[in-house]
Amino acid sequence: MNAIPLIHMSVALVLAPLLLGVINRTKARIAGRDGTPLLQLYFDLWKLMHKGAVYSHATTWVFRAGPLIGLASVLGALLLTPFGKSSAVMAFDGDLVLFVYWLGLMRFVTVLAALDTGSSFEGMGASREVFFSALAEPAFLLGLLGLARVTNAISLSTILPGVTAVTWLSTGPALALIAAAWLVILLAENARIPVDDPNTHLELTMIHEVMVLDHGGPDLGLILYGAALKLWVMGALLVSLLTPVRHGVAWQDTLVFLGGMLILAVAIGLIEGAMARLRLTRVPQLLMGASALAALALILIIK
Amino acid sequence: MMSLVLIAIGLLMASALAALLLSRDPRLATICGVGGAMLAGLVGLIPSLRVLLTGAHESFIMAWCMPGGSLHIGLDAVSAVFLIPIFLLTALAALYGGTYLRPFWGKRAIGFSWFCFNLLTACLILVVVARNGLLFLMAWEGMSLASFFLVVFEHDKKAAREAGWLYLVATHLGTAFLLILFALLGREAHSLDFDRIGALAPGIANAVFLLAVIGFGTKAGFMPLHVWLPEAHPAAPSHVSAVLSGVMIKTGIYGLVRTLILLGHPLAWWGWVLVGIGLSSGILGVVYALAQHDLKRLLAYHSVENIGIIVMGLGLGVLGLSTGHPLVAQLGFGGALLHVVNHALFKGLLFLGAGAVAHSTGTRDMDRLGGMAKAMPWTALTFIIGAAAIAGLPPLNGFVSEFLMYYGALLACLPGGIANPLPAVILVAGLALIGGLAAACFAKAFGIVFLGEPRTDAARKAHECGFLMRLPMIILAAVCILIGFGAPWAVAALKPAVAGLTSVPAAQIFGGTERPMVLLMELTIGFATVTGLVILLGFIRKRLLKNRPVRQAPTWDCGYAAPTPRMQYTASSFALWFVDAFRWILRTERHRSLPQGYFPNTAFMTTETPDGFRELVFRPVFAQIRWALASLRWIQHGRLQLYILYIAATLLALLIWYASCL
Repeated sequence: MNAIPLIHMSVALVLAPLLLGVINRTKARIAGRDGTPLLQLYFDLWKLMHKGAVYSHATTWVFRAGPLIGLASVLGALLLTPFGKSSAVMAFDGDLVLFVYWLGLMRFVTVLAALDTGSSFEGMGASREVFFSALAEPAFLLGLLGLARVTNAISLSTILPGVTAVTWLSTGPALALIAAAWLVILLAENARIPVDDPNTHLELTMIHEVMVLDHGGPDLGLILYGAALKLWVMGALLVSLLTPVRHGVAWQDTLVFLGGMLILAVAIGLIEGAMARLRLTRVPQLLMGASALAALALILIIK
Repeated sequence: MMSLVLIAIGLLMASALAALLLSRDPRLATICGVGGAMLAGLVGLIPSLRVLLTGAHESFIMAWCMPGGSLHIGLDAVSAVFLIPIFLLTALAALYGGTYLRPFWGKRAIGFSWFCFNLLTACLILVVVARNGLLFLMAWEGMSLASFFLVVFEHDKKAAREAGWLYLVATHLGTAFLLILFALLGREAHSLDFDRIGALAPGIANAVFLLAVIGFGTKAGFMPLHVWLPEAHPAAPSHVSAVLSGVMIKTGIYGLVRTLILLGHPLAWWGWVLVGIGLSSGILGVVYALAQHDLKRLLAYHSVENIGIIVMGLGLGVLGLSTGHPLVAQLGFGGALLHVVNHALFKGLLFLGAGAVAHSTGTRDMDRLGGMAKAMPWTALTFIIGAAAIAGLPPLNGFVSEFLMYYGALLACLPGGIANPLPAVILVAGLALIGGLAAACFAKAFGIVFLGEPRTDAARKAHECGFLMRLPMIILAAVCILIGFGAPWAVAALKPAVAGLTSVPAAQIFGGTERPMVLLMELTIGFATVTGLVILLGFIRKRLLKNRPVRQAPTWDCGYAAPTPRMQYTASSFALWFVDAFRWILRTERHRSLPQGYFPNTAFMTTETPDGFRELVFRPVFAQIRWALASLRWIQHGRLQLYILYIAATLLALLIWYASCL
């Protein structure tokens, strides 16, 4: 096995929490605040890993297994995520299906851990999460299907490097539609505004945060880190799609990709700073809109 | 090898009769029934596994007195794929049923129930190995009748009786189409033996295909022919529900597969029809499942969903064959066949789990359960494995079969794939949507029933079921895991069966030992890595928490000081988003009385989601038919002599007609 993908993966493992720092910093700057340090999530993780644990009386082993399986499955997805234009640690035909289903497993165990507490707030969050993701999943796969047809490949590690400047010139509008759909899905799946507000203080309006209310200590640390990695893997696909340049020189490609990730984080911060959270009943319409964009892109590609 | 199958059938018949004769003593009848079914399962698995692995074709032919060919039974790899779940699941369900039926001893006809169970098993086997149309139909009818009596086991309950009648009518309407199908085939081939059936004229082939879709689709539960399924499966005792949902409805799929083999080269529009049926059954099945409160009814609707997935796979296979893309065809058929086996495993497991819950609490209403994982740890563990498997999540078996279909559909979508990739696109988007909805539905089923706090006293008094009921669930869960991790081997074992469907030598299926097999190995590596990571993370957390305070506390309640278990989210509230989004299909009825005034006393709200097709399509149509037939009521007197006269007159008329034809 080649060592480069492993090095790339370690970079992702280290840098993932930084994305959230950049997003929060950008958001604070727009609001005229200084904001939390860029490395805030690292400090939080460090602190949480040194705490004890409190478990609810109502919970069972399912609650305790949730964070473990959740983080392990997003790591499974990371193994399949190409680093910019270079191949992932594991790459095989059809790996995109496994990628989507690893994220599905992560969601399934998070939802079950939430239901295990018996709290109605967590049930509420779980119910919203499964509904929104059931709408987001087909849209995401439709986008991938379109890219697969454009690049004549069915592995993430060949599809995304296959999107070059030439591809953008020939099928630009379709790719732009897919990118737009993916951006919406990325925001929805990672509990960002306009779908979910990670900073809200009212349990009734939360989605992702409310599901993890009862987790604490190392468990919460695993969950926060898992969420950062999920943002990283989905962001990495979007950035690879949007950066059709490939130098072939390793450090240059790495710089381009990391620069892209930085710009993505700033962009998410700008979106969060510029708009309010949508009413919950509007979210399905937003996600259906994303599906429609992906479907339209596919029609343009197949013709 | 064939003789072992015959021995298994003989064992089942003999034990069925013995159980009937010993019905005075429920204990002996149970021992006979369970013992016969388990022994037959063990005996039958040997030849089925051997034929599956070697791809050998064995047959047994005997002259018999019936017209239209010989008593011909055969065992090939396709039959073996269907036989393995039949033998495995009926044996395990019988073991479970022995304990499950215990509370009914002395109150119900236990001996007769075991007679029907073993007869049903024998007929299931016979349907799958029959190579003659008449024998097939006889076994088919025996299967329908035996399962009817099993469904109405609790015949003093109105719901069970109604479900039984609905089932009986539906299954016979389906059989009517099959009669025409075999009559048509027999007329063309001048014999009812399957191996005499050669190439058919295109018009006849199309007709046969459509008849098979309707006739076999009724048994399999294609939407909208599924209406009997969500009534009959919950009404039966749980071990019977497991067999009905797990293997009996698969005989419909088997029939369709066998018809496709007999018809030879398929046409592209058949594939479109199958993908369309699969998509509608899949999505509507899971949507209806989401709206249910009754755990077994929910599982029954999921059978409709999974049949939809299987049919989508078959449709992809047909499209691949008709457009000349062998790998797409093999992956479609391979995925469908593997899903047949997988669905038998996890649906059987889930029905047994649901039965254990109902057995222990006396209710199947999810909103009255909760917190069962503490009282029933083994049932909970096996149920969650089944739930993750049916939702198609890695690293379990459901993912492997869906992966094959996804892979085939992705190949079909590539520029060099099938000319019009729309069905493949539909398959990918449909599978993703169904997968998301199924995960939501099983998060609900497992989360509401097994997690949180018990919602009622009945749930609080729950206890774990006995070892003989636990063991079948544990075995089924273990096989689900085994097929998930052993994907390359499980799929390789299917090669001879897929070869039978695509008329390509088994060695060349899935591109020989090339890409697909290597890539399944990658799946196994990925599964193993993630499992390893879970264990590693668990170990790290254990180390971190060592010497640190680990406390128990109440669930965070937002400062509210007196939470009760009734405040938990219920199955209905969990599914509200979905029910709301699909209300134009579901038409959920709400009955409620809201609290009024400053000092409200009682308030209630109930929801109910009756099957739309039953209420809006079949009920009006059948009401019309009944009205039209009312004028013929005078021929029914209830006098035996007149009925005998009818029979004699019919025979005479047929004799005259036959003589005039000579």
